[in-house]
Amino acid sequence: MDQLVTLNRRELLKSTTGLLMGWVVAGSPLALIAPGRAWAVDLTAFTSSEGAALLSMARTIAPHDKLDDAAYALVIQSVDGDASKDANTLKMFKEGLASIGTSFAASSESERVEALEKIESSAFFQTMRVKILQVLYSNPIAYAYFGYEGEAFSKGGYLRRGFNNLRWLPEVPTEDSGPLPAGA
Amino acid sequence: MARIAFQDESAVVIIGSGAGGGTLAHELTRRGIQVVVLEAGKRQSTETFSQVPGEAFLQLTWLDARTQSGDWGVAKNFPTLPAWHCKTVGGTTVHWTAATPRFEPWELRAKSTYGNIPGTSLIDWPISYQELKTYYILAERRLGVTRRDGVPGLPASNNFKVMYAGAKKLGYKRVHTGHMAINSRAQDGRGMCIQQGFCVQGCKMGAKWSTLYTEIPRAEMTGNLDLRIECMATRIEHATNGRVNAVVYRDGQGREQRQKARIVCIAGNGIETPRLLLLSDSSKFPQGLANSAGQVGRNYCHQIIGFAWGIFDKPVHSWRGATLAGVIEDEVKNDPSRGFVGGYRMELCTLDLPTFPLVGLPYGWGRDFASIMENYRNIAGMLINGEDMPRAENRITLNRDVKDAFGLPVANVHVDEHPNDQAMRKHAQAQMSRVYEAIGAKRVVLGPTPPATHNTCSARMSADPREGVTNAWGQTHDIPNLFISDGSAMTTAGAPNPTLTIVALALRQAEYISREMKTHKI
Ligand SMILES: Cc1cc2nc3c(=O)[nH]c(=O)nc-3n(C[C@H](O)[C@H](O)[C@H](O)COP(=O)(O)OP(=O)(O)OC[C@H]3O[C@@H](n4cnc5c(N)ncnc54)[C@H](O)[C@@H]3O)c2cc1C
Ligand code: SF4
Repeated sequence: MDQLVTLNRRELLKSTTGLLMGWVVAGSPLALIAPGRAWAVDLTAFTSSEGAALLSMARTIAPHDKLDDAAYALVIQSVDGDASKDANTLKMFKEGLASIGTSFAASSESERVEALEKIESSAFFQTMRVKILQVLYSNPIAYAYFGYEGEAFSKGGYLRRGFNNLRWLPEVPTEDSGPLPAGA
Repeated sequence: MARIAFQDESAVVIIGSGAGGGTLAHELTRRGIQVVVLEAGKRQSTETFSQVPGEAFLQLTWLDARTQSGDWGVAKNFPTLPAWHCKTVGGTTVHWTAATPRFEPWELRAKSTYGNIPGTSLIDWPISYQELKTYYILAERRLGVTRRDGVPGLPASNNFKVMYAGAKKLGYKRVHTGHMAINSRAQDGRGMCIQQGFCVQGCKMGAKWSTLYTEIPRAEMTGNLDLRIECMATRIEHATNGRVNAVVYRDGQGREQRQKARIVCIAGNGIETPRLLLLSDSSKFPQGLANSAGQVGRNYCHQIIGFAWGIFDKPVHSWRGATLAGVIEDEVKNDPSRGFVGGYRMELCTLDLPTFPLVGLPYGWGRDFASIMENYRNIAGMLINGEDMPRAENRITLNRDVKDAFGLPVANVHVDEHPNDQAMRKHAQAQMSRVYEAIGAKRVVLGPTPPATHNTCSARMSADPREGVTNAWGQTHDIPNLFISDGSAMTTAGAPNPTLTIVALALRQAEYISREMKTHKI
C-alpha cells in the first residue's frame, strides 16, 4: 500500500496541477491492507476536475461498485504520468476530456455510458480502456477485491494451500489424476 | 565454458537457445563437438524470475517490433504483438506451460489423410511415425513427461475437477491431467511441482523442464559450449561454393562480430528463423538462403487457439495449480463429418488476474465486462489447441518499411484463416461450452485468439525439395551445412502442442549431424 500513500509524493517538487484524494472506506478490501489511511495522488498534467472526470470514466468503463476509488486512482496516476511526459498524449487527453464535457462526472451512469459510446472509436477512449486493463487489475487493492492470491512460491505454492480443495464436484479417479506428494 | 575464436572454422554455430537450439547444443557438445550458441536475450535463473506477472512478461518476452496483416483475429485484437515467445536464455521453454503430447501417426500423413483441401499447401511429413517414435521416447525420458514410462500423472487441481466433471457428463473418455514436462515427483536433479500456477512467469522450482536449467548447463559442463548471450544474429554468410561459413551478429554492446562456422543451425522460433534466412540474401542467393524454391517463410502455422471460460456460482480458484495440467483428447481424430479435417485438444487453462482481462477476454467494457471480472474466483478455464491448415500465402516476409534497432527490416506475419480453421474453432467452442454447461455453468465466455505461441512450419521439411526448405533431418535442401533446428522445420502443425516434437527432432538431428561430420560429408 505504500505504493498509494506515497503515490508520487517525491514528484511534489515539480509543480502539481491537481490532486485526487480519498479515505480508505472502512470494511472495503483495501481497509485490510491500509486501515484508516487517507490516500492522495498528485497530478502533474491534469487539473483536479479533469482527474475526477477521468476517474469517473474509469468507473464507467470498468464499474466495480465496491472497489475503492484508490484502485481507480492508480489508473489516473498512470495516464497522468504518460501525459506529463508526452505533449501529443496530453493533447489527446485534453481534447478527449473536452469531448465528454465538464458535467461528465456528475451525470448518471446511463448518460456516461451514452457519452462514451459516442467516442468509443477514439484514441482517447481506447487508450483509457487499455490503461484500465493494465493497471486496475494488477495491484494489491484489486488482488484483495477479486480474491486473487497471486504469487505463491514464497509460501510453498498452492500444493498445501487449496489447489484441490474444490468439493462441489466429484473427485477425479486416480487413474486420470495423480498421487499427492507425501504430506500434501 | 569453451572460448571459441572468431576465426575458428571448426565449430557448429547454433542461433537460439530454446527448445530446439538448447537441446541440439547439449546433444552435440556431449558428443565432443565444439558449439557456439548465439542467444539474443539475457540470462535469468530460478532466482531472478520475477513473480509479478507484468514484470515477468517484460523480463522474458520478445518485444522487438513486428508487423502483421491478414484476416486472423490476432491482427485485430493484438495489432502490435502477432506472436508471443521469449527472448532469453532457454527461449520460450522459460514461458511454456509444458504440455507434451505426441503427433498421431495419421497426423504426420496430413495430405494423405485429409486429401485435397482447396486453398491449402498440405503435404505429408518425410518421416514416418515409427521413425519419430524412437525419438519421442528419448525426448519424453529427457523431459520427464508424466504418464509415460512409469512417471505418475500430476494430481488434479480445482480447475481440472471442473473440466473433468463436464467432460465425463458429455461422454468424453480420454480425459486426464495430461502428458506434462513437469515433475510430478523430484527427478533429474530438479524439484517437484508445488502447484503454484506461475508456469508462464518462469518456474521457480525448476519443476517444469526448460533448457535454461537442464540442457544448457549440461552442455556447459562438457566444456564444449561457448554461449554468447545478448548476441543477435543478423546475417549468415556463405563461401563461393555456396556453403555457409560464418554468422554475423551484434553483441551486447551493439558491435558487429563475425563467427566462422563449419555448420550453422537456426533455432530462433518460427518467425525469426525464416526472417534470418531472408535477411541473408546475397548475389548468389538473391531470394535469401535456402530459398531457391521460394518456400522460406511460407506455410506458416500457429494452431487454432482460443479460450473458453465457464462461470459458476461456486468458487474454483483456477489460478491455484499447474496452468495447463489437464486435457480432453477425444476430439483428436480426423472425422470430416464434424465439418472440418484434423483434430484438436481441449486443454486446461487459467490466467492470472492481471493477464486475464488483457489476453483472455473478448473486447468489451461497462457492466457486462465488469460482471465477468467480478466472477474471477468462480471461473474455470480451458483452451482449444487444434491443427490449422498450411497455406502458401500465410507467410513470414520482410517488412522493409519498419526497421529494428539495428536498422534491419522486421518480420511481417500474414495470416488469412482457412474455412477449415474457422469450422474447427466453431466446433471446439461449442464443445467447450457444452462441457461447462453440462455441470451448470451460469455463463460461458469465449475469448479471443491470443498472440501466436506455437509458431511453426515456416521452413518446413519436405520429401520434394520444391515443396519445402529442408529434408527429413532439418538439413536445407539447398545448402548441406545449413540446418533448421526448431519448430519452423515441422511439416504440418497437427493438434499437439509442438515442443515435444521439436525436442524429438533436435535429438534426431544431433545424431545425423555428428554422423555426417564424422564421415566428413559436412
Ligand atoms: C505462454 C506460452 C505457453 C506455451 N506452452 C506450451 C506448451 O504447453 N506445450 C508446448 O509444446 N509448447 C508450448 N509453448 C510453445 C513453446 O514454448 C515453443 O514451441 C518452443 O519453445 C519453441 O522452441 P524453439 O526452439 O522453436 O524457439 P524458442 O524456444 O522460442 O527459442 C528461440 C530463441 O532464439 C532466440 N533468437 C531468435 N532469433 C535470434 C537471433 N537472430 N539471434 C540470436 N538469438 C535469436 C530467441 O531469443 C529465443 O530465446 C508455449 C509458448 C508460450 C509463449
Ligand atoms: S505449477 Fe508446478 S510447474 Fe508450474 S510454476 Fe508451479 S511448480 Fe512450476
